[in-house]
Amino acid sequence: MNAQLDYVEIRDLTVEFDGFVAVDSVDLTLLQGRVHFLIGPNGAGKTTLVDAVTGLANASGLVRYGSTDLLGLKPHQVVRAGVGRTFQTATVFEQLTVLQNLDIAGGVHRKARSMMRARRGIPSYVEEALDAVGLVDLRDRPAGVLAHGQKQWLEIGMLLVQDAKVMLLDEPVAGMSAEEREETGELLRRIGTERTIAVIEHDMDFVRTFADVVTVMHAGKVLTEGTVAEIQANQKVQEVYLGRTVEGATHA
Amino acid sequence: MDVIVSQLFTGASTGAVLLLVALGLALTFGQMGVINMAHGEFLMAGAYTAYLTQQAVSNSDVSLLIALPLGFLVAGMLGLLLEMTVISRMYHRPLDTLLVTFGVGLILQQVARDVFGAQPKAVASPTWLHGQLDLLGYGYPVTRLFIVTIAVGCLAGTAAVLKYTALGRRIRATVQNRDLAETVGVSTRGTDRVTFFLGSGLAGVAGVALTLVTATVSNLGTSYIVPAFLVVVAGGIGQIKGSVIAAFALGIVGAFLTYYTSGSLATVLTFVLVVAFLQIRPQGLFTVRTRSLA
Amino acid sequence: MKRFSTLPALNLIGIAALAVALLVLAPAVLDDFRLGNLAKYCCYAMVAVGIGLAWGRGGMLVLGQGMFFGLGAYVMAFHLKLEAAGPDAIPDFMMLYGNGTMPAWWEPFRSGAFTLFMVVALPATVSTLLGLAVFKRRIKGAYFAILSQALAVAFATLIISQIEVTGGFNGLSAFTSFFGYSLYDPINQRMIFFITAGLLVAMLLVAFQLYRSRFGELLIATRDAEERVRFLGHDPANIKLVAFVIAAVMAGIGGAMFVPIVGIVSPLDIDEVASIGLIAGVALGGRATLLGPAIGALAVGYAKTSLSETFPGSWTYFQGALFVLVILFLPGGLAQLPSYLGRLRPARKQKQVPALQAEGAA
Ligand SMILES: Nc1ncnc2c1ncn2[C@@H]1O[C@H](COP(=O)(O)OP(=O)(O)OP(=O)(O)O)[C@@H](O)[C@H]1O
Ligand SMILES: [Mg+2]
Repeated sequence: MNAQLDYVEIRDLTVEFDGFVAVDSVDLTLLQGRVHFLIGPNGAGKTTLVDAVTGLANASGLVRYGSTDLLGLKPHQVVRAGVGRTFQTATVFEQLTVLQNLDIAGGVHRKARSMMRARRGIPSYVEEALDAVGLVDLRDRPAGVLAHGQKQWLEIGMLLVQDAKVMLLDEPVAGMSAEEREETGELLRRIGTERTIAVIEHDMDFVRTFADVVTVMHAGKVLTEGTVAEIQANQKVQEVYLGRTVEGATHA
Repeated sequence: MDVIVSQLFTGASTGAVLLLVALGLALTFGQMGVINMAHGEFLMAGAYTAYLTQQAVSNSDVSLLIALPLGFLVAGMLGLLLEMTVISRMYHRPLDTLLVTFGVGLILQQVARDVFGAQPKAVASPTWLHGQLDLLGYGYPVTRLFIVTIAVGCLAGTAAVLKYTALGRRIRATVQNRDLAETVGVSTRGTDRVTFFLGSGLAGVAGVALTLVTATVSNLGTSYIVPAFLVVVAGGIGQIKGSVIAAFALGIVGAFLTYYTSGSLATVLTFVLVVAFLQIRPQGLFTVRTRSLA
Repeated sequence: MKRFSTLPALNLIGIAALAVALLVLAPAVLDDFRLGNLAKYCCYAMVAVGIGLAWGRGGMLVLGQGMFFGLGAYVMAFHLKLEAAGPDAIPDFMMLYGNGTMPAWWEPFRSGAFTLFMVVALPATVSTLLGLAVFKRRIKGAYFAILSQALAVAFATLIISQIEVTGGFNGLSAFTSFFGYSLYDPINQRMIFFITAGLLVAMLLVAFQLYRSRFGELLIATRDAEERVRFLGHDPANIKLVAFVIAAVMAGIGGAMFVPIVGIVSPLDIDEVASIGLIAGVALGGRATLLGPAIGALAVGYAKTSLSETFPGSWTYFQGALFVLVILFLPGGLAQLPSYLGRLRPARKQKQVPALQAEGAA
């Protein structure tokens, strides 16, 4: 990559399921070096937005990263273009060890011939990732026995091994203790300087502490974007969140 | 023109047989994702039921009518037994179920060989099914027409059960979302059991009907099971209408291919067509939509 | 799951032990007839190694391996028929079933080199085309199993129908020599046994390397969580395709060796029933293990011969019961038996093991 800042440009992104518009002409720019948060009530379309970018959902519009339009690429091609993601429910290879999970994520960079060879020693990038996500002590445990939070970290570690320049994380701190959240946030800050990171999150405390930019989505549309303070002062945002909780009473 | 009409009729009756065999499969495969290879042997059980009934009643005019419900019961009970002893133990291993039920099928075939001998048994068709009916200038064997009638009857019965009964609602709920159905109080286990009984019973009916067009042997089922599964795959799981269309499509396409090439080449070409079709619709004609991954 | 440091050594010792048993022990103690039978089981074992790769490691239940076995077998049979007929002559059955002329595409099979090439190339090509059509469209699980089975049906039907070039239902037989060596000479039959057993050992070594390679890990990962593998930047279709094609080639080679050993190949050797029968040994030995499929196939082959000799019907019961009991109670095959028995004992510290295995079987 050159000295210029990396970014992902999303223009007029629309996802439709049988007539139901889950993401409605969304414009969004994700800049390198900022931890970008995506918030919004349940069903706002956050996950679907990430699905569209990563090739899981059919979408129209434009998603440009570098010189490639990510729309129309298959999921594995999106990954090879440098865009990685995690899932709302952590998905790791339960039977493989932590180390194997990380190693297997490095496959993108390997030549076909080296795939046919056994692993000898631990590649340096795997070691670094293991260190970064703090799972060194657990490296030989099967990933299936990890605690929920540790699985999330492992997934982030796998993205590091993949050398994902863009990371889209779907609710990475859900189910974590306050302490673990803190650590995760610090981790994101550290790795975020050289990467473009977008985090979907519901926990407002977490957002408040670690967000550089926040985008609020509602009913498939971008409601507003700004710093945490701006978002919190925004009347519309309050309505969306309050309106949701008292919906039954007011709109009956 | 004559060729087209005659092949359409031939195809329709092959399609009806396919549908009859595939209907029960579509039910069990659709609901439980269970591939029951012993389904073919349930056909055989139905056919032998028809044979035994004829031995007992000796009046071939009525024995068929008695054999139809009897075949349903015999095969249904076999299916129920299979579900309770084997299939219920391997719920999350659908592919393994395929192999286990194949083993069960092998055993059933050998049992039939040991009991009835290796020689095919003929079941006399009732006199009221003799002869031909003139349709659009084409002499259509009444037996074939009768099979189409039975297929349509079974289809209508199944559709009615699915649509109008409480059981049908439970089945549809289970097909669409097993976990959710469970949480809202549907006993999915009980539903599975009944579905399996119905699906296997339909195979028994099909077996009885098959005695009209083919001799009864212990390996009767093997020649029907694979085409029937192709019907289910091409039709898509979870919805009966897919299987109906696929059965008649395969029957009719097969009839024309047979006419223009040969029976065996038609088998090969039909397979190629199914693979080609799955290129366009990997899930078959119709599917139950669910959100993938995440 | 398993520790990768001890497993390779154990597996290598296992392969070595099997090699000694097949190449040293068996020829020393078995008479020519039994050795011929063992050679036949080795052919099944080759197919089994491939099935272990595709099904045990890759999760693709291949119910149509008989077709690839058949491609290899018929290619070899074409050559041997031409050898038997002699230069410029045409095979006897073509006089019988056909109009006494040989189709031009048979001509190249006079060449031994071309035949050997086709034994590998034909299964590889067909499996590649089929695999691309199926895996790229994400057809998997039960759909894949059914399609592969239908394939075996279609192929056997095709063979039966093309009687003028395949001998139809009776198949091809009455071979006299194998690449110039008379098949009536017991010494040459022994040589064929050594070649076959050697090929089996070679395939086990190939599988050994695949299983301990990164590709092997990725294949298991694909089996257990195909969608997740996509997000590692791999197309699962390609991973499965490689395993499927290798399995097909192994089956093809097994089929090719089957022909000079047994002396006949007919549609009954390759149809859907034969194909699913090949699965039995793999399930028995342990589908996901390295040696299990091969040893299971050898054992099942032996059991079939012995049982069919004594009471014909009993083999079918045995095979049926094998499928039911093994898959139901021992999904990991005999290789799982030690840990299964261990679990029956009230051992507390083993608590985690069953949970992991249950997931693995799913
Ligand atoms: N495959 C699909 N088919 C039909 N509708 C879908 C599909 N995927 C998502 N939706 C719908 O799109 C809308 C947006 O869903 P999405 O999961 O993106 O919301 P979200 O913002 O991530 O919510 P949450 O905070 O609960 O994770 C929802 O109404 C959902 O039901
Ligand atoms: Mg979401």
